[in-house]
Formats: sequence, C-alpha cells, structure tokens
Amino acid sequence: MNLSRKQTTFGLAALVLLLIFPLVVTQIFPLQVMILVFMYAMLGVAWNIMGGYAGMFSFGQAAFFGIGAYTSSFLLTAFHVNPWIGLIAGGVVAAIVAAAIGYPCSNLRGHYFAIASIAFAEIVRVHFNNWTLMNAAEGISLPMLDESFTNFMFHTSKVPYYYIALAFLILALVVCYFVATSKMGYYFRAIKESHDVAEVLGVNVVRYRLIAIMISAFLSAMAGTFYAQYVLYIDPESVMLLAISIQIVLLSMLGGAGSVMGPVIGAAVLIPIAEVTRVWLGHKGTGVDMLIYGFLITIISMYQPQGVWGFLSRMGNKIK
Amino acid sequence: MPEQLLQQIVNGLLIGFMYSLIAIGLTLIWGVMNIVNFAHGEFLMIGMFTSFWLFTEYGLDPLFSIPICFLFLFVMGMFIYRYIVSKVMKGPMLAQLVVTFGISIFLSNLAVYLWTPDFRLIPPTILQGTWDVGDINLSIPKTVASIGSIITSVCLFLFLKRTKTGKAILATEMDRESALLMGINTERINSLSFGIGAALVGVAGAFLSTYYYIYPQVGGLFGLIAFSIVALGGFGSIEGAFIAGILVGLAQTLGGFFFDPAYKYAIVFMIYLVTIWIRPQGLLGW
Repeated sequence: MNLSRKQTTFGLAALVLLLIFPLVVTQIFPLQVMILVFMYAMLGVAWNIMGGYAGMFSFGQAAFFGIGAYTSSFLLTAFHVNPWIGLIAGGVVAAIVAAAIGYPCSNLRGHYFAIASIAFAEIVRVHFNNWTLMNAAEGISLPMLDESFTNFMFHTSKVPYYYIALAFLILALVVCYFVATSKMGYYFRAIKESHDVAEVLGVNVVRYRLIAIMISAFLSAMAGTFYAQYVLYIDPESVMLLAISIQIVLLSMLGGAGSVMGPVIGAAVLIPIAEVTRVWLGHKGTGVDMLIYGFLITIISMYQPQGVWGFLSRMGNKIK
Repeated sequence: MPEQLLQQIVNGLLIGFMYSLIAIGLTLIWGVMNIVNFAHGEFLMIGMFTSFWLFTEYGLDPLFSIPICFLFLFVMGMFIYRYIVSKVMKGPMLAQLVVTFGISIFLSNLAVYLWTPDFRLIPPTILQGTWDVGDINLSIPKTVASIGSIITSVCLFLFLKRTKTGKAILATEMDRESALLMGINTERINSLSFGIGAALVGVAGAFLSTYYYIYPQVGGLFGLIAFSIVALGGFGSIEGAFIAGILVGLAQTLGGFFFDPAYKYAIVFMIYLVTIWIRPQGLLGW
C-alpha cells in the first residue's frame, strides 16, 4: 500500500492549497469552518483506526474527546500546567480509561460493542455533570493567558489555530498511515473480518483490540484539548454529547471507513453542510438544519453505503 | 424507611413495565432483522404526539387513542422498512447502524419544526389521581399503563406462539435461511416485524402520554435505555426484554434512592456494562 506518484503529487498540491488558504481567505466564517473540518477529520481518523480497521464501531468517542478537553483544562486552571503538557496528559488519561473499559469489552462484537460504547460515554457524561471537582454542569472557563504558541492561546486571530489544527490532522493521518501499512494494520483487518479466524491464526485479539482503542482514544483526546484551547470554555454538554460521537461515525462512514483519507473527505463534505445549514437555517431554532442533515444521512447510507471514497475508487477503476 | 423503600420498589415496577413495552418492540426488530433501530425512541415520541394531538384537536382520551397509535405506527414502520431500511439490509453493517440514526435525527427535528421544542402535557383525563394501598401511593395513570403494558406483551406473546404468522416470525428469527427454505416470505416477515415493533412502541407512547412530558427530544433517553434493556435481556429475546425492563426500572429508582438521583441512569448503563462483561449474550440470550 505504498503511495503512488499520482497520489503523492495530489496530496502535496492539496497541502499547499490548505497552507495558503488563510492568506487568501480572510473572513472569519470560512476559517472557522475549516478549523472544525480539521478537528472533526482528526476525530474521524482516530475513530477509523478502531472502527474502520479493527471493526469496533464506537459510538462513544465523545467520552475520549471530553476527557482530553477536561484533563488539560483542569490542569491549566488548577495547577497552571502548560496546555501542551496537558495535551499529552489528556491523551495518556484517555488511553488509560480506554484500556480500562476496552478490556472487559474485548469479547463484544458488532451491535453489542456499539451499544456498550454509548453506555460508557453516557456514564462518563453523567459523571462529569455531577463532579464538583470539575465544576459539574457549570463547566470550566479557561483563564486568559498571553497570546503565544507556548501558551496555546491566541486572541487576535484564528489563523494560528488553523495551522495547529492542520498540523494535528496531519499527525493523525501519519499515525493512521503507519498503522494501516504495518503488520498491526493487517492484524486489525483480520480481527475485523473475523474475530475467531484471527484468533485461530494466532493474532492476540484482545491485545490488538486494546492497542487500537488506546491509539484512537489518545488522538481523540488531543482533539479535545485543541477544542478547549480554541473555544476557551467547556462543559459536559458541549464536549461529551452523544451527538458528537454520532457526527464522528457519520463522517467516517460518509467518507469511507477503512481508508486512510476517508474520514478527511467525509469531514470536508459533512462539516461545511452542517455549519452552513446551521448558520442559514438554524438560528430560529426551528430544527430545519438538523432535519436536512438527517435526511442527507439517510439518503447517503441508502445509496452510497461505501462512502464517497468507495465511490471515487470505483470511478477510478472504471477509468483505468 | 421501609414504607419509603416499598414505595420506591413500586415506582420502579411502574416505570419498569413501561420500559418493557418499549423494549420488546425493539428486541423484535433486532432479533428478526439483526438491525439496531436507533429511531425507536423517535417512534415513541411520534406515538406520544399522536395521542397528544388526538386529544387536543378532537378531545379523544389517550386511552381511546391507543388503537389509532397502534395502527398509525404500524403503517409508518412498514413504510419506513419498505422504502428505507430494506435498502441497506444487504449493505455494510455500519450503513445499517447509520441509516436508522439518520431517520432518528430527521424525525425528532421534524417534530421540532412542526410543533416547536416545547414541553407539553395532556391535562388529567379519565385517568387521574392516586390509589392509596396502605402506605403506598399508586399513581392511577402509571398503574393503568403498567397493566396495559402487561396485556400488550401477553398479546404479542400469544400472537407469536399461536398464530401461523407469529410462528413464521419466530422461525425467521431463529434461522433466516431455513425459514426461507420452508417457504416463508422472509422479506414480508421483515416488514411485518418492523411494523409490529413500531406499533408496540406506539402503544407505549399513548400510555406514556397520560403522565409524561411530551416533547420532540423525549425519545433520546428512552431509546438509549431501551437498547440497554434489549442487550441486557439478550439478543432478540422477548421474555428477556420484558424481565430486563422491570429490572432496569427497579435499578433506576433504587439506585436513585440509595445513592444519588443524578446518577440513576448512569447506574442503569453500569449494570448493562457489567452484565455483558459477565454474560455477553445477555440474560436470556443464546
């Protein structure tokens, strides 16, 4: 699965375009949408490692996202720990929690795993809603620090956030690429195809499932810290909602689960649709934006279940 | 203290029977088609609103709107199966999971669009007040709803065990291939089961509307709890879902009583996680 010359050229061209985007487009809204696209794409890539490759369809990624956001924000407000250290700490905490919950769930497959992940995320959300040390339902407002890269905080412009989000996404893609092309990636796919056959062939199913969940949790928590530093306010209802978990699954599926670039394409299609409909139609609280969104999801899963990536590669094969 | 505890147990049973009725519809769909219907909570919401509008527009008591809710959701369920869900039955599992999520988001926001996100309540009708049995207060609407839930479940059980169509549904649930070989039209069974599953939750919605708030997002929580109940009871097991529903109702109220009411739903999910850890196939699953 080496990158072909065409793919490399295409990838580099896309990267250059993304790098000069903030220099050309100076309005706030497109920039905000792009930042969200990067963040959700990163979450999708993280989901893809456990869902798309290892076949564990998690509907509880918001728990890891929230744990990342809460860990760094709590360390910053309570102990003045630098957010970059908080970023790593959040990832580590999320990975530990993921291992603790993933181990008992290592026998669960298919729907059972999906529902267990929802149950887990709901427990985490309820707990944070009542945890006084974490300010319970009130949430945490991050203290205002001086604007600098070391402080991971910028007040005058959103451009630095744009580049950081892009860098995070690229990091996640690199991790996913190495996972997908390594021996581990083959183990993951074997587990996805058949739990039992993989086990018979000597794959340590429990261990590799745990590794997949932990990598995924670590990357999702990084996105969580990014969100906290970007919005500067978090509460359980904004970082741990089931809707976030669903959004992550949807965009991964829409783009094409099980391909490295799939979730990126999914995020690039879904997030702008969601944001634009929200801004145009959502302000009255009439639900029209979400109505259209739900309709689109239904149509896509009916007629394009392999995702946009599957569609594109089929088109590519036809042309060849 | 003992009276309070007894009262909590009674409350738990009353909510538990309701959960059972919501969950058996879900487990039927899940068992026959191996599809998790994430729109199940929204079907409940539609049932509640149907009963609400029949009352507000035509003054029909929720108790009499039960057959209408049953029929309406039956037709809606068949329609949704035929034109949406059946298209993804052969697709990847993820598409099956996501398609019902799409329907759920669509339905709850359609309700917001049509009826605003307000909370509504049907004013006390035929069923109101409480019965006092010793020191225990029995809310009349909740008690009637629980009796209704038991009757409906028994009817479903008899339908499945005694009628030819019911047996065909059970056969399809056990082994689709063999059922097909025996000349059962499994596609028809699918849409029938989806219709019945929706109709059952429609009945639950009508009962629930006699004492619970009616609003577009009401399905979310009930849907989540129903998934836990179904998985707890065991894949596709109707008896399992019925028993698990009661257990969850009890766990929720007693958990709230002994620990912290804020954690009552977390306790439900915790019990679910512990159960499937020890017994991945659920209480009565195989």
